[in-house]
Amino acid sequence: MYATPLDLPDFDEEVVTEAHVRYLEPRGLGGRAALITLDNGFDHTKPNSFGPAGLKNLWRALDEVEAAEDVKLVAVTGKPFIFLAGADVKLMPKLESREQGLQLAQAGHAVYKRLKDSAVPTFAFVNGTALGGGFELALHCHYRTVSTSAMGLGLPEVSIGLIPGWGGSQILPNLIGVEKAAQVIVGNPLNQNKMLRGTDLVPMGIADVQFDAADFLEESLEWAVQVATGAITVERPEVDRSVWPMVIAGARELVNEKVHNASAAAVRALDLLELAQHASFEEGSLAEDEALADLEAGPQFQASIYAFNLVRSLAKRPEGAPSPSLAKDIGKVGVVGAGLMAGQIALMFARRLEVPVVMTDLDEERAQRGLAYVRAEIDKLEAKGRASKLKAARLRALVSASSDKSVYADCDLVIEAVFEELKVKQAVFAEVESIVAPECLLVTNTSGLSITAMGSQLAHPERLVGMHFFNPVAVMPLVEVIATEQTDQATLATAYAVAKKLKKTAVGSADRPAFIVNRLLGRMLAEVTGAVDAGTPVEVADVALDDLGLPMRPFALLELVGLQVAWHLCQHLNEDLGPRFPASENLRRMAEAEFPVFDASAKGKGRLTEEAKSLIELGNQPASAEEVKQRVLRGLAEEVQFMLDEGVVPSPKQIDLAMILGAGFPFWLGGLTPYLDRAGISASVSGKPFQTPS
Amino acid sequence: MNDTIRDVVFVDGVRTPFGKAGKLFEETRADDMIIRCIRSLLRRNPALPPERVDEVALAATTQIGDQGLTLGRTAAILAGLPRSVPGYSIDRMCAGAMTAVTSVSAAIAARQYDVAIAGGVESMSNHPMGEGVDPNPRIVAERLVDPEALQMGNTAENLHDLFPTITKERADAYAVGTQQRYAAAIERLSADITSMAARSTDEGWTVATADELPRPGTTLEGLASLRTPFRPHGRVTAGTAAPLTDGATACLVADAETAAELGLPVAMKMVGFAFAGVDPETMGVGPIPATEKALSRAGLSIEDIGLIEINEAFAVQVLAFLDHFKIADDDPRVNPWGGAIAMGHPLASSGVRLMTQLAREFAAHPEVRYGITTMCVGLGQGGTVIWENPNFKGAN
Repeated sequence: MYATPLDLPDFDEEVVTEAHVRYLEPRGLGGRAALITLDNGFDHTKPNSFGPAGLKNLWRALDEVEAAEDVKLVAVTGKPFIFLAGADVKLMPKLESREQGLQLAQAGHAVYKRLKDSAVPTFAFVNGTALGGGFELALHCHYRTVSTSAMGLGLPEVSIGLIPGWGGSQILPNLIGVEKAAQVIVGNPLNQNKMLRGTDLVPMGIADVQFDAADFLEESLEWAVQVATGAITVERPEVDRSVWPMVIAGARELVNEKVHNASAAAVRALDLLELAQHASFEEGSLAEDEALADLEAGPQFQASIYAFNLVRSLAKRPEGAPSPSLAKDIGKVGVVGAGLMAGQIALMFARRLEVPVVMTDLDEERAQRGLAYVRAEIDKLEAKGRASKLKAARLRALVSASSDKSVYADCDLVIEAVFEELKVKQAVFAEVESIVAPECLLVTNTSGLSITAMGSQLAHPERLVGMHFFNPVAVMPLVEVIATEQTDQATLATAYAVAKKLKKTAVGSADRPAFIVNRLLGRMLAEVTGAVDAGTPVEVADVALDDLGLPMRPFALLELVGLQVAWHLCQHLNEDLGPRFPASENLRRMAEAEFPVFDASAKGKGRLTEEAKSLIELGNQPASAEEVKQRVLRGLAEEVQFMLDEGVVPSPKQIDLAMILGAGFPFWLGGLTPYLDRAGISASVSGKPFQTPS
Repeated sequence: MNDTIRDVVFVDGVRTPFGKAGKLFEETRADDMIIRCIRSLLRRNPALPPERVDEVALAATTQIGDQGLTLGRTAAILAGLPRSVPGYSIDRMCAGAMTAVTSVSAAIAARQYDVAIAGGVESMSNHPMGEGVDPNPRIVAERLVDPEALQMGNTAENLHDLFPTITKERADAYAVGTQQRYAAAIERLSADITSMAARSTDEGWTVATADELPRPGTTLEGLASLRTPFRPHGRVTAGTAAPLTDGATACLVADAETAAELGLPVAMKMVGFAFAGVDPETMGVGPIPATEKALSRAGLSIEDIGLIEINEAFAVQVLAFLDHFKIADDDPRVNPWGGAIAMGHPLASSGVRLMTQLAREFAAHPEVRYGITTMCVGLGQGGTVIWENPNFKGAN
């Protein structure tokens, strides 16, 4: 039997979205309009969502509307700023069987189908956020209006290991063509879960008309009346069906290239999009039901939800952060160095903290060159419309540069971004400390040096803290915050407060070598280069991790961070953490090569030049790709256990969050440790899984 | 310098449906209501480039919260007018929107503006009369004003005392008549009522298109049984008073030549206006001296006036005006499409509602040359604007 919402068991934790029905008598309709408002009774910070009770409410609302007399049109809208944010994400992990998942999929289809099959014209007035099941509800209506101010629109299911299974995969490609549909359903979720805005929908053909938020509902209704009475005929362009197979093939290639088909959801979504070319709506719905049920019962979805919750909740309340009330106000920032990294940091602080930022460098020329870089970046922001004329002017006024460090005298925070060498950093802080007030925060952006050692000669080491940003600093969402034994609570609280103002997610780390992300990436590269040193060809070792779907292969990562930096890190880890981080001779030779090691024409794919290949010396113990993969995973599991034992972080959650945000590890792995558990690696290396079953 | 006075024309006016305080628009922001009016006005007049608006003058009696923050300016920004368009707030209690119109019109006549938006809003749900007031203790100490005069119902009872021939029965009969005239004119009135979204947390959204307050079936018997809330055995009831109302209005006023240049319609031409003060205790007589003053300045007499839109704060106050000018209680020239007793009186908005209605009536009455809009004002004032009908084709 095909389930309807009435067949679903209740879900105790559901925040129930009501479906209020009101009957209006707009002028010119010659009858009544039924307006359904979706509203869970909370403000926009708790968006509307659908669980069993929400679906039932809509079902009953449609019962009522269908029974009502003289209804000439039906419209659905949301509460202020929110249309419907889709199915309740708390619900799906609680499904107890594949059968329950299947029922939920069917129930959504059953209720939405009534909007699609309605004899009376149906309208979605998309006033705000419409995600997943909310977006699909709108797709089922015969017509759609959208607010130009709506934010957060789209079908992000693939990003959490699902597919748009309440009609999205079938209706959207038949509405706007498969190419744009593939972008919305697969491309955007895999591209940092990019969302659509209200003004995107009409140009894409998803909505029929857009209205300003100021009188969105009134104008939507007036438009709907004209459509319902035939005064307006909605024309939609014919979908080009000839390109369908080609687009699907191209999309499959892209997914393979980008994540090596590691995302089961992406692959499944493309299957459904392919099906949508010829399948009837009913056939397509059945396929969606099965896909949803399969994915919900599969491991990637559980890992994705875990990752989703980490990013959503843990990221907002960093473990180990002192009370924000202890944080000091920052009224002026100093940046030591005027190089590329320093310039990026200076601009970020100026943009987000909106306080004066002074950079210094060894001489006036370097300082001014650094400033010129920052100003050019501000010009770019303005040209792209990402900073208004006024904001750009303000930024230019905020950032200055000098060769005279006395400009730091009234700073509340000075951050260094100079060469990664302990002695250099010690010297910098010694000099800065002689200029600034005793309570001025001293911050290092070191990617792995001992901060305790860096502060060992300071008069006030308690105000020294590490804030490790990732490159490019304006884009990467993570900052590792590192306290030493001496760092006081006010300093640490300030670092977390600053991170928040910078719109970064802070993850705390103990002052251990390379902190979290670089230590694990370092270990990963150590195992890969180790396998090469032992005799595995580069081409084999480089693809060994493909089926994890990491954002980059190991050699592309080496190319991105730079061979010298990687070699530096490798030596440093070798010294600090011992032989499990071997100083790879092959890496040394590549780092010291005086010719291009990577083929520039491969555009960052980490392909070695012929000349570089001749540098590689293979040992006599080659391994297969699968063996390399096992070696790397075992190495990572071992390293995670060491980090937990050393107290680098309090739990695997911080490691997973850091790897997701700092290294782009995918949701479907849950970051790292859920995957290691699932693959049986943790049990084999540490004797038990990292995750405690919930 | 060109020092000739220019002709001022009323181009167009709109209003939201009027809601009963505490009901339809209880959860609707006042600024959103007037923003909707401004946007409707601009949509109805596509010939007007928005950047040509020289002023946005908006009235509210209680200028705090969603009616504060220099409403004229904030509403202009929120309505999507170009940032180059300035705005300000204005208050003369019930005559707020009327004063907004006369203020910008005076400036237009004096060549300081070409085009202006004027209007008013009152959410009596959220800003009941007297909210946050702090009357000067001298009012009592020096017996400057009877403190009872701050409650409008008392001033209406005072009028019954002062004019014993205006009985409760006459007031009730007037109220029945205005309800009937409104009911007969709903279709014509709706042309200037813009739809307005209203949310109820418990019931969801609606889009209102009609006034909530009228009681079309009102009878003398029904009115006779109502209690008199302001005095025991008094004469003023809820049935002969304008109810507490939420609503907004806005209109477009322009220099006549600019209107011609832009191709804007001319619904009325302004002849003149006057405001006058009276005893606060009998504020309802305010329209009498205001009208006398305006007529005298214009060189007209009441016989020249073919249509009268008088705000019905209370039936007794309208009847006092009619008695003064020797006009019958049921004269068809007076509020022919019904008045505030039927549709409501959102304080500072009502002045423009009278004008919008008069403009429509002018179009329907080409035999009428002049009309007035007039209203009484709390603390003892009256305001009157005299208008000329551009459709005038000669008297019958």
